[in-house]
Amino acid sequence: MSPPVITAKSLTKKYKEFAAVDGISFEVAPGESFGLLGPNGAGKSTTMRMVGAVSTRTSGDLSILGLDPNEHGPEVRSQLGVVPQQDNLDMELRVRDNLIVYGRYFGLSHAQCGRKADELLEFAQLTDRAKAKVDDLSGGMKRRLTIARSLMNDPRILLLDEPTTGLDPQARHILWDRLFRLKEQGTTLVLTTHYMDEAEQLCDRLVVVDKGRIMAEGAPADLIKQYSTREVVEVRFGSDRNADVARRLAGVGERLEVLPDRILIYSEDGDAELALIAEMGLEPITSLVRRSSLEDVFLRLTGRSLIE
Amino acid sequence: MTAVTEPFAAEAAGRALAGGVKPRRYGSWYVAEHRIRGMRSYLKTLLVTSVGNPLVYLFALGVGLASLIDKNLGPNGFNGVSYLAFVAPALLATAAVTVAAEECTYPIMMGFKWNPIFFGMNAAPITGNQIVNGVFISVLVRIIPTCVIYFLVMLLFGAVPSPWGALTILVATFTGLSVGLVIAAYTSRIVDDKGQMAMIMRFGITPMFLFSGTFFPLSQMPIFLQWIGWISPLWHGTQLGRVLSYGAVEPAWLSALHVLYPAALCVWGWTTTQRVVTRRLNK
Amino acid sequence: MTSTRALAPTRPLAKPRSGGIGALYAGNARSVVARGLLATRSTNYLIVLSGFFEPVFYLLSMGLGLGALVGNVATSTGQQVPYAAFIAPALLAVSAMNGAIYDSTWNVFFKMQYAKLYEGMLTTSLGPLDVALGEILLALLRGALYAGGFMIVMQVLGLNLAWTAFLALPAVLLIAFGFASLGMAITSYLKTFQQMDWITFVMLPMFLFSATFYPLSVYPTAIQWVIQALPLWHGVELVRGLTTGALSVAMLWHVLYYVVMIAIGLVFTTRRLRALFLD
Repeated sequence: MSPPVITAKSLTKKYKEFAAVDGISFEVAPGESFGLLGPNGAGKSTTMRMVGAVSTRTSGDLSILGLDPNEHGPEVRSQLGVVPQQDNLDMELRVRDNLIVYGRYFGLSHAQCGRKADELLEFAQLTDRAKAKVDDLSGGMKRRLTIARSLMNDPRILLLDEPTTGLDPQARHILWDRLFRLKEQGTTLVLTTHYMDEAEQLCDRLVVVDKGRIMAEGAPADLIKQYSTREVVEVRFGSDRNADVARRLAGVGERLEVLPDRILIYSEDGDAELALIAEMGLEPITSLVRRSSLEDVFLRLTGRSLIE
Repeated sequence: MTAVTEPFAAEAAGRALAGGVKPRRYGSWYVAEHRIRGMRSYLKTLLVTSVGNPLVYLFALGVGLASLIDKNLGPNGFNGVSYLAFVAPALLATAAVTVAAEECTYPIMMGFKWNPIFFGMNAAPITGNQIVNGVFISVLVRIIPTCVIYFLVMLLFGAVPSPWGALTILVATFTGLSVGLVIAAYTSRIVDDKGQMAMIMRFGITPMFLFSGTFFPLSQMPIFLQWIGWISPLWHGTQLGRVLSYGAVEPAWLSALHVLYPAALCVWGWTTTQRVVTRRLNK
Repeated sequence: MTSTRALAPTRPLAKPRSGGIGALYAGNARSVVARGLLATRSTNYLIVLSGFFEPVFYLLSMGLGLGALVGNVATSTGQQVPYAAFIAPALLAVSAMNGAIYDSTWNVFFKMQYAKLYEGMLTTSLGPLDVALGEILLALLRGALYAGGFMIVMQVLGLNLAWTAFLALPAVLLIAFGFASLGMAITSYLKTFQQMDWITFVMLPMFLFSATFYPLSVYPTAIQWVIQALPLWHGVELVRGLTTGALSVAMLWHVLYYVVMIAIGLVFTTRRLRALFLD
């Protein structure tokens, strides 16, 4: 077993009295793809900034590539690639210049920067936009350019904070494809997301974070197995009848979740439950049987939905 | 995963330690390089301004207005020199101050907010202090050519009687920098743009330009207004410039003060900006 | 623009706008002004207010400080006046110009290119002339405020030398109207912030050379002609004539100059806005 590239022990960040990150511990192995899943405000971004060696921790231990980021900030950052939640490309520079300028920050020569920039423009499918102004790029292109920029230094670890938030489905899929290739090449990925499909697609292992704490940890499939059933039945009876019907449904399936607009029935066999509901003479307006997802895990763990 | 253990860890840490060497040593220069690359997009404007401004100002004040004043006071009414020679060092210092103020307001506000490149730099191995240094280096890169061109135009107008006059370039640069650093210490704190920049210009730079003994000796103002000059780096820079450019007479301790005061402002502005920026990046 | 122009005749919606002044003007510039006032009140009135101080600072510094060194100055009519009384009317005209240019260039450019404000306005019943007039009126309102304040300062300092000085207020509005109208027309043709710099390049020498700080007689005749062709000189002369009480028929020429400038500015602005957003 190779030693972890990131080790966090009781990692804590407090802003005055408020603990944004409240004593979380995890390890990331080299080449692993590790996710932090949780709603907005769970402390994911703060954790990422501490791992990115730009935010000092209040307490706990943190080691990245065997170094303490508090003492070796620049050294640690020289090995990281960072894709922040909000793009911070330089709008005053053109696409290729953005990459070159960034490469210089790692001490690369101009020649190295030029070579690397061209290679990464290819990778990010932006070669034909090399001379464009950053402002004229679409959201998806900007994101790809940010990712290209984060790779200028051949990072050991790539940190991605909500990489696809705000992108349309097509742009998301292009981006996932690029990230998947990096993963295949052995780059360690650490990403935060509040999209469960993204977490399922990209993460080997993840932690579910809420209110600055880790609620659960494991591979996506294992978490689903552990905290949810195989299938879920979603039924709607209209918002005024929901609560009423929920009382009568008690005992159907292994577990019920009553949401304002629908009822979720957790079960190994969704169709059977649906038949049972029909037998009871309850007629849902809509019904749907689907496989459990990380969303259900989160609901189970926190009693709240991921996207609110 | 590849099955390496201890050697891997040592190699990773070693590579990181090596990766930090260059950024730690040259980081400030990388930031300056970045900012200068950004300036290239408005190079034409900068060139026209830095040549046009001295021509226009020296002509309007040093020739046009001077014709009124020299008629009234005689051709050598200012310590034995013309109004042109009197006003030129002030205009030179003002040009430096204007450029410094410009470069220490919007670009700093922008780096945190509208075009938050400072966070990007900091995510790379660049520290907050280096970002500040780099910005200030790029400010100098703008001030120095501005002053050199200004001085050449001054020579063209015959506004520099003394051979020591070339040193006014240094004095003006230093004056501009001291104002810029103090402004930067403030703008680096601004979180919401509520028009503070316009306020700095209207209630800081403009009155300083008008009441710092630039167009007329400070003693021309009532004593209760003269403090504006004493605290204004522009007055100190202008007075020192006059000593060098035409041998204006003043006590040596005052000349020393003209150097020490802006130097103190520089040190204060520099360290404060570094502290503020570092704190702000460390969220 | 061109592709939609070809489609226009087949669109029934385009019909009410298809000709005459009605297509350009809905007689509702008021609502544009009202929006502007609301925006000012909720955001930056302190900055708006601070604009008043700039010419006052200039007057105190140049007029009083420098004035002691200059003594009396001869105006274009040969009248000897104290230096402060010489530059005060010029500063008044300059501040009218600066305010109007700022409002009609930077502000308008921002609203057009970034805030997309006009695009929204023109999808309502407002026409391009409503928008142009509304914006200009807004600039004038601000200009009137500054001018009024500055004239009070002049009165206190005893720089209004004749009763005709009160006519300087409408004169300043005329000047502001002229610059706002022309400025807006030019801005509507600009595409980048860099191009805006050229406006500054023209404004600075005009500010310094238009008989603001010293009489035109300093220059050789050829340069005098160039300056007399530029708008600011007419404004300075007009206001100075009124505050010093040296009235002459020539002042009507200055007024005419501005009337023409206003007309040209409005025609081009309206045309351009129409081409940009409606055709």
